[in-house]
Amino acid sequence: MSKVHIKINNMPLEVEGGTLLIDAARQLGIDIPHMCYHHDQESKAHCRLCVVEVKGQRKLQTSCTTPVSEGMEVFTDTQKVYDAQVGILELMLADHKQNCLSCARSGNCELQTLCRRFNLLVPDLPDISSSEPLRVDNPSIVRDPAKCVKCGRCVKTCRDVQGIAALTYSGRSAGFRVTTAFDLPMAETDCVLCGQCSLVCPVGAIVEEDSTAAVRRAIQDPAKHVVVQVAPSVRVALGDEFGFAPGAIVTGQMTTALRMLGFDKVFDTNFAADLTIMEEGSELLERLNKGGKLPLITSCSPGWVTFVEKHHPELMEHLSTAKSPQGMFGAVVKTYYAQQMGWDPHDIVSVSVMPCTAKKFEARRPELGRDGYQDVDYVLTTRELAKLIRYEGLELKVLPESEFDSPLGTATGAGAIFGATGGVMEAALRTAYELYTGKTLKKLEFEAVRGFDGIKEAVIDLNGTPLKVAVAHTLKNADELLKRAHEYAFLEIMACPGGCIGGGGQPIGTDNALRQKRIDALYRLDASLPLRKSHENPEIKAIYERFFTAPLSHKAHELLHTHYQEQNTVSKIG
Amino acid sequence: MKPFDPTPDTLTPEGMAVIDGIILSHGGDSTQLVGILLDIQAAGERKYISRSAAAYTARKLGLKLTQVYDVITFYAALYDKPRAKYPLEVCSSAPCRVNDSDSLLDTLQNILGIGLGEVTYDGRFTIERVPCFGACDVAPAVRVNGAVYGNLTSRERILDMLRQLD
Repeated sequence: MSKVHIKINNMPLEVEGGTLLIDAARQLGIDIPHMCYHHDQESKAHCRLCVVEVKGQRKLQTSCTTPVSEGMEVFTDTQKVYDAQVGILELMLADHKQNCLSCARSGNCELQTLCRRFNLLVPDLPDISSSEPLRVDNPSIVRDPAKCVKCGRCVKTCRDVQGIAALTYSGRSAGFRVTTAFDLPMAETDCVLCGQCSLVCPVGAIVEEDSTAAVRRAIQDPAKHVVVQVAPSVRVALGDEFGFAPGAIVTGQMTTALRMLGFDKVFDTNFAADLTIMEEGSELLERLNKGGKLPLITSCSPGWVTFVEKHHPELMEHLSTAKSPQGMFGAVVKTYYAQQMGWDPHDIVSVSVMPCTAKKFEARRPELGRDGYQDVDYVLTTRELAKLIRYEGLELKVLPESEFDSPLGTATGAGAIFGATGGVMEAALRTAYELYTGKTLKKLEFEAVRGFDGIKEAVIDLNGTPLKVAVAHTLKNADELLKRAHEYAFLEIMACPGGCIGGGGQPIGTDNALRQKRIDALYRLDASLPLRKSHENPEIKAIYERFFTAPLSHKAHELLHTHYQEQNTVSKIG
Repeated sequence: MKPFDPTPDTLTPEGMAVIDGIILSHGGDSTQLVGILLDIQAAGERKYISRSAAAYTARKLGLKLTQVYDVITFYAALYDKPRAKYPLEVCSSAPCRVNDSDSLLDTLQNILGIGLGEVTYDGRFTIERVPCFGACDVAPAVRVNGAVYGNLTSRERILDMLRQLD
């Protein structure tokens, strides 16, 4: 489209035709107040906060739905606009439970920011916020209907990005709410606990279940060995919370912070990612050689696994039986590592830091534990780790860098790229290719499976045998890919946009632009490492020599593999 | 987290056949959802749309269950909780109020021993207040499953109406 010339608050601007006014204003450095608008979503124009005056138009216009046109003159700061916006804000506040000081989103709440901006110190409307209780009905996500501002971003994400539509509007007028079908607990609905809703919620109405207090208590207990593992995606996102540039790699400062928090051992989930590749890669080769169920589909993403169990139980046999890296790590810590250290597994508190809310659910799966203990005791999201670091008063930027502890802290570049869409596929191909053909890969980068496209595919030549693979991220794309799943031998599916780096437990403010920066960071990290193939990780070789003997061995099956079970939901009844 | 138990609310094969027929009578058109839901509600014993009926309808029409739930909760005439075999809809608009629909409401509650929105023990009656349904000429009026009973100005006439519903 051609450029048009407009003026916003008398400032001239040349902008692409069709651009929404709210985006055009941003190019001038003007942030028009908004609540329901989210730049990664289609406009909804629910909240009306983003109104502006357009010369020649009698009524105020919502800047999130008005495209620019040649000669347009727009005003964002007139008295008429101000009065409308303050009126809307006061109405929102009247219907918003204001326990700001103890709210999980205090400090990064968009309503709070707007109130500060408008200097709304004494609201003159009575509080009519709902007295509905907190919804704590699953291990991952807590909803507080009394804080909901009805912006609809969560509904939009759940429906348009994930294709799940577990959240919906209900009622009308004063009874208008955001809820689930028949107001049921999340677990009984189509929800897979991916937490994308918590990323787009502007206020504290949808937040992660908070495990920080429990972890702090465990750290204080002298009788416990508190061991932490950190997922690949956390190190390229945590910096966002502490003023680093988007996509900064803060591995070194993060490990120092974890030690200063009091964790006894700081390990790397990337190690377990390498282990996952060994098992899953071997599973792929076994299925190829012995004519097992194809396509093999990855099972690292707990949102995706729940999606299969709830919506595509017929595909459960296609899911790799390999546990996710979190699951494998937990099992290794409480068996192999406990044995090495001479610790009773019951005295180990295993904590993981994940970019994901669904991992909290995964950790509670009864399959992921034995002898009365769970392999992973607590899951912290990236956001919760940031909370702990802030509590401790650590300034991440000035902390010295340190390494992960050995032996479960040694990982390859293949483990690192697990966090990006296409990364598990690439890591698996590096290993599967070399194990299958016995040849060394000339070029490690599988460019075709990289990038932000919803569905990517590639054909790999395995000694003359073509291996057709595909990669999808977001469950909506996954559902699309599944329609032609039979065409492929191997699929990688991640529930969240961009893969784990865009997970529902990542810092608030995570959007598609940030996701891209984090993906770039993970590939940079991969390229910078001396070892980039999982099967070349010396600690992986050691763990097989000393403990598991070989991939898919009896012991490996017992500790590193799992099974799946269909889950019912209300949408399937009748 | 307890797994979802679907057993308390399941459709019988007959129930499914009824819904299939209703959807067919609307040409299988999901944009006719409101009409379809009204018909499904009317066809059931307790005049509401059960979870299973909503879920089955959503699947048949290729909609998400939440879309169906959104519509049910949006319209006052659609109910997602069991009502009664005979929901007594008392008009609460001005012409009926002028003709003392308040006494009508009181008398109904008195006769049946239930309050507004409550259901009799046998599931036969419930009392609701609804907006005008266009029976001002015979105010005060009650609508029951689409049939209008007017001029309910005395206890006898009200009892008469209730007897007709047996």
